[in-house]
Amino acid sequence: MTERILVATALARVEGEGALHVRVRDGVVEDVRLRIYEPPRFFEAFLRGRAHTEVPDITARICGICPVAYQTSSMAAIEAACGVEVPAEVRALRRLLYCGEWIESHALHVFFLHAPDFLGYASAFEMARDHPAVVEGALRLKKAGNTLMRLTGGREIHPVNVRVGGVYRAPAPAELAAAAAELEGAREFAREAIAFTAGLPFPDVEEDFHFVALREPDRYAIESGRLVSSGGLDIGPDEYEDHFAEEHVEHSTALHSRLRGGERYLVGPLARWALNRDRLPAPVLAAADAAGLEPVCTNPFRSIVVRAVEMHYALEEALRLIGAYEPPDPPAAAVPPRAGTGCGWSEAPRGLLWHRYAIDGDGTILDARIVPPTSQNQARIEQSVRAVVERHLALSDDELQHRCEQAVRSYDPCISCATHFLRLEIDRG
Amino acid sequence: MRSLAVWKFASCDGCQLSLLDCEDELLPLAGALDIAYFLEAGRADVRDEYDLSIVEGSITTAEDAERIREIRAHSRRLVTIGACANAGGVQALRNNASVEEFVGLVYANPGYISTLETSTPASAHVAVDFELQGCPPDKGQLLELISAYLNDRAPMLHAHSVCVECKRAGNVCVTVAHGTPCLGPVTHAGCGALCPSYDRGCFGCFGPMEAPNPGSLGAWMTTHGLAERDVVRLYRTFYAFADD
Repeated sequence: MTERILVATALARVEGEGALHVRVRDGVVEDVRLRIYEPPRFFEAFLRGRAHTEVPDITARICGICPVAYQTSSMAAIEAACGVEVPAEVRALRRLLYCGEWIESHALHVFFLHAPDFLGYASAFEMARDHPAVVEGALRLKKAGNTLMRLTGGREIHPVNVRVGGVYRAPAPAELAAAAAELEGAREFAREAIAFTAGLPFPDVEEDFHFVALREPDRYAIESGRLVSSGGLDIGPDEYEDHFAEEHVEHSTALHSRLRGGERYLVGPLARWALNRDRLPAPVLAAADAAGLEPVCTNPFRSIVVRAVEMHYALEEALRLIGAYEPPDPPAAAVPPRAGTGCGWSEAPRGLLWHRYAIDGDGTILDARIVPPTSQNQARIEQSVRAVVERHLALSDDELQHRCEQAVRSYDPCISCATHFLRLEIDRG
Repeated sequence: MRSLAVWKFASCDGCQLSLLDCEDELLPLAGALDIAYFLEAGRADVRDEYDLSIVEGSITTAEDAERIREIRAHSRRLVTIGACANAGGVQALRNNASVEEFVGLVYANPGYISTLETSTPASAHVAVDFELQGCPPDKGQLLELISAYLNDRAPMLHAHSVCVECKRAGNVCVTVAHGTPCLGPVTHAGCGALCPSYDRGCFGCFGPMEAPNPGSLGAWMTTHGLAERDVVRLYRTFYAFADD
């Protein structure tokens, strides 16, 4: 048996650090491991003993790219534990801030991390030389998302104006008008970006997915909802642990989630699109249809098109929310502590993010559990990479490595969040 | 053209994202600097020497302690950005707890996890040429730092307190007017007095200012009704292990 071992450097254009290990023996793929070696940071441990009001500031620090997701899920869980429902104006403001994060995070992934893959560039900087209008448009769109986050949350990265119960200061309508102006300026580019992504050269792949996403009766779920799946699940946040389990595998500092029956599943844009397409407004659907996006997309590489659709939606939704904005008064509902346990979730740009907190009568956190999207997708990403290797065994190591990296990047893994990331090693017998 | 490398240790990626968030300046920056190594932006050019290394994140594993020494050896200038790289970050809250207990709380198989007892700043391991504070650092300050480097001058960044920024912004003092506990008097400037502008007290995410007096402020907060436990919580979050 001849041995062929390939070791590549850390995977670029994913958030965080990790490696991919592939073992092939006599033409058979024996093992695929997404190794996450991002060092563990132990958030769930040091949240113990903190005040319930401190949690959103602390959990934001799990991820610099999607802090609002961590803040929102944790606030929902704590408010549930304390038996408080926040007013509609607070919910609308949270959704508006979250739209900013979807725009900023998706624009980063679509144009800086993912599109260069399809067009043969190592980075967006090289892409900018040949496609200046695309990169400039992408920067304008990303900036509009960040401006929205700054004007509602106080800061793009780790917003300061969010608190359990609401916000510290409700932005004045005039402050939001500045965000609306920037969003208007990026509006046409966001619509055109759908056709741009749909025109990229995609490998012809179909995979079977068990999709999992939140769903709302009247809108595309972002900041709340009930969990539904292509397997027929329809559950609330308190039932999550009855249906999903995390396991700790040796090669990763991120825990792997599976359905209780052992099945791998997928969260994120592909799942949301498959399960919630009917919740998008007609003009957004028309733009997706015109770009040829199928009602259920099972090609993971085409998730970039779904992200573009979601960016377009998030921008339109943000403009709608600004138009209908009424400052919450008072800016936050009182959330007096109460002994108990609460669960909360939301749709981070990368997918479902579930939190559970047990708190004491004085608000001290007794226990915390956080299940980020990348831990939920990790087992499914490994399965996808295995399929890529099986299809392309004849390729050279370099080419195969690129294909694998591209497959991993199409899932937009956020390794910092999941560590609780990627170097490629191909070991061929 | 001078080369730039961006390195990540234990962190949330937010500090390097601050660089990618400079939307108006990013392409001119890529024209003024040879971006050699910046994984999140797709560059992974391994070289013998980088002119400027920007480091994000804290040192929490034996491998990372070795890696920061290698990066120092291959960098003409090394600048650390953010609470993690400068003070160990929020994950330094393990430093006065048992890391074994922490591993046991989070992971089912503690034997698979290899980590150090403490989360430490880069300066605990290597010489650092400049520390830019903030969780995350301010984009404008990050640009000032790079611009100063490109023009061979000292960066115009001040180590006075957030109070000075509040006065400049014309904010009403949240402590004096409303009795809101605020770490502004002991916290390093740079954010532009963000929290008080949103009617909340500063929670110290830019770390200690030059020569702070945290004992005095802590006593003041206690006499004005804040429980000692809450004073300790306020001081022990993002810069709990900073030198003051």
